[in-house]
Amino acid sequence: MAAKKKSINTHMIFIHLFFILISLVFILPMILVVSISFSSEYSVTNLKGFSLIPVEFSTEAYQLAFKNPKSIIDGYKITIAQSFLGTFISSLVAGMAAYPLSRSNFRFKTPVTWIIFFTMLFGAGMIPNYIVLTKYYHLGNTFWIYILPGFMGGAWNTMVYRTFFKGLPESLFEAAKIDGAKELTCFFRIAVPLSTPVFASLGFMMLVGKWNDYMTSMIYIRDTSLYTLQYLLQRILMEIEFIKSMMSGDATMSNANLNVTGMRLPAETMKYAMCVIAAGPMLFIFPFFQKYFSQGLTIGAVKG
Amino acid sequence: MDKPATKIINRPKKKSIFKDRASWELLLLCLPALVGYVMFCYVPMVSGVVLPFKNYKFAKGIFGSPWCGLKNFEVLIKSSQMGRIMRNTVFYSIWFMIIGPVFNIIFALLLFEIKNRGALKFYQTVITFPNFMSMVIVGFITYAVLAPKMGLLDQVVRSFGGTPVDVYMEPKYWPAILTIVNVWKGVGMGSMMYFASLMGIDVSLYEAAKIDGANRWQQTWYISLTHLIPLVCIFTILACGSIFSGSFDLFYNIPRNVTILYETTDILNTYVYRMLQAGTYTQGVAVGFFQSVAGLILVVATNLIVRRISPENSLF
Repeated sequence: MAAKKKSINTHMIFIHLFFILISLVFILPMILVVSISFSSEYSVTNLKGFSLIPVEFSTEAYQLAFKNPKSIIDGYKITIAQSFLGTFISSLVAGMAAYPLSRSNFRFKTPVTWIIFFTMLFGAGMIPNYIVLTKYYHLGNTFWIYILPGFMGGAWNTMVYRTFFKGLPESLFEAAKIDGAKELTCFFRIAVPLSTPVFASLGFMMLVGKWNDYMTSMIYIRDTSLYTLQYLLQRILMEIEFIKSMMSGDATMSNANLNVTGMRLPAETMKYAMCVIAAGPMLFIFPFFQKYFSQGLTIGAVKG
Repeated sequence: MDKPATKIINRPKKKSIFKDRASWELLLLCLPALVGYVMFCYVPMVSGVVLPFKNYKFAKGIFGSPWCGLKNFEVLIKSSQMGRIMRNTVFYSIWFMIIGPVFNIIFALLLFEIKNRGALKFYQTVITFPNFMSMVIVGFITYAVLAPKMGLLDQVVRSFGGTPVDVYMEPKYWPAILTIVNVWKGVGMGSMMYFASLMGIDVSLYEAAKIDGANRWQQTWYISLTHLIPLVCIFTILACGSIFSGSFDLFYNIPRNVTILYETTDILNTYVYRMLQAGTYTQGVAVGFFQSVAGLILVVATNLIVRRISPENSLF
């Protein structure tokens, strides 16, 4: 008996050891990013390179980044506006579409379900989307490109909402109907208040997705002040000229080539300082809401 | 014999379509979404079906442009890059479809063994962290590790006396790098889904198995893994639809769109994006059409196969 217990313990020790190692694989890269942002450019380019602990501690990258913060502030504004507004509208519209699909007395259930579900199976492709949205709907280079094309919340989310609504007791709605409530009232006064967990989980998932969106800016936006943070970061990482033009106060494409002045920028460390400023706060907040994420997954795992 | 009879009695009288107020009210609730799907999914979808067979001219619009038959597809097939891009796309998709669930399930099973709540919470939080960051941020991290001269990997190799290589110049390293990054980013959330499913297993099943003399491996194999099969099926069906797409996020941001690396990093989605950037819509549209049709066929076919084998595991 004692031997058996001991074998279980060693087995547990191995599992914990495994996960401690794995945790390091996940934590060290974050430390690396922060550490680079606090290193002096000289130590990074000429001494040791990127290191987990700054070889020469310095805040020059941050000082420079905050000297001309317009791009980052614009990025924050756009990202906050598009992600929160987008999430609000999408959750509402998807919830509204899902509720009738969960009701047994809805006579158009089958066609509506298919119209929504089919979009999951067949997509238009990037270029037809681009042509339709820019040439016909004139959404290119406007703020609304972030909100409108996805305002339906997506077929998958709608199906998750539907599954959840199906779990609500039908008798609640029947009682309300006897009291003279209309279907719209049933949805807003009964279904929504009872479904806060699913709205919170799916809403949070959408928010994370929209917060991390860079593709929309990449494809549709030319105006730097309409960039989302993530796209700003992508350009900072991929184009050396971009960070220079950003610092000279005007980050439009045309000026990027003109503004390569002789000024020595701590380009490498600044990239990472920008990364911390732009991504840090939200990455710090998101994990606290992780429970909504896991809830959303379990709700979604139920097949409708 | 009395079953059909009760059925007839219990069937509610079907209301006339005009008098069915409730249904119209419910339809009103669906309306915003339906309008949205028509405008932003079906209209582009129809364009996506028409455009590949047209010689698109910006001034003439989608429906005004002249038809050109299969010319766009011919150009595509003759293109020298196409073979390589197709190979990359399909190879990576299938490889990720296998390796992803394997890691997710291993992690979920190991997490399931941990009984200490605090430790469990900590590990889960740590490994799901990358899920909250965009691929752009992951790109910053991989660059910090892989950058020539400055990168962490470079320093490690040098400290062990090796000669460091610039991986951004060598396509052969990228299948491994992309696999690691993909698993690193996805394993937290992926394992979480399987973990949540494992939590739903009735504990008495394990107790009964223990009484019957099943050891730890047998319990894992016959109870835990068997329980996860439906989830694996659903994810596989969904993943089949994107065999010909691949993750743009991963393949664009991590190799940083470096031309030298296209040999092992270029996939259909990045190719379509390049076509969009270059303004050569016709070829990109043909690729997109192929991706959509192939995706549809694959999802339906996989679903059909799964339904044949075990109906309860199919998606629809």
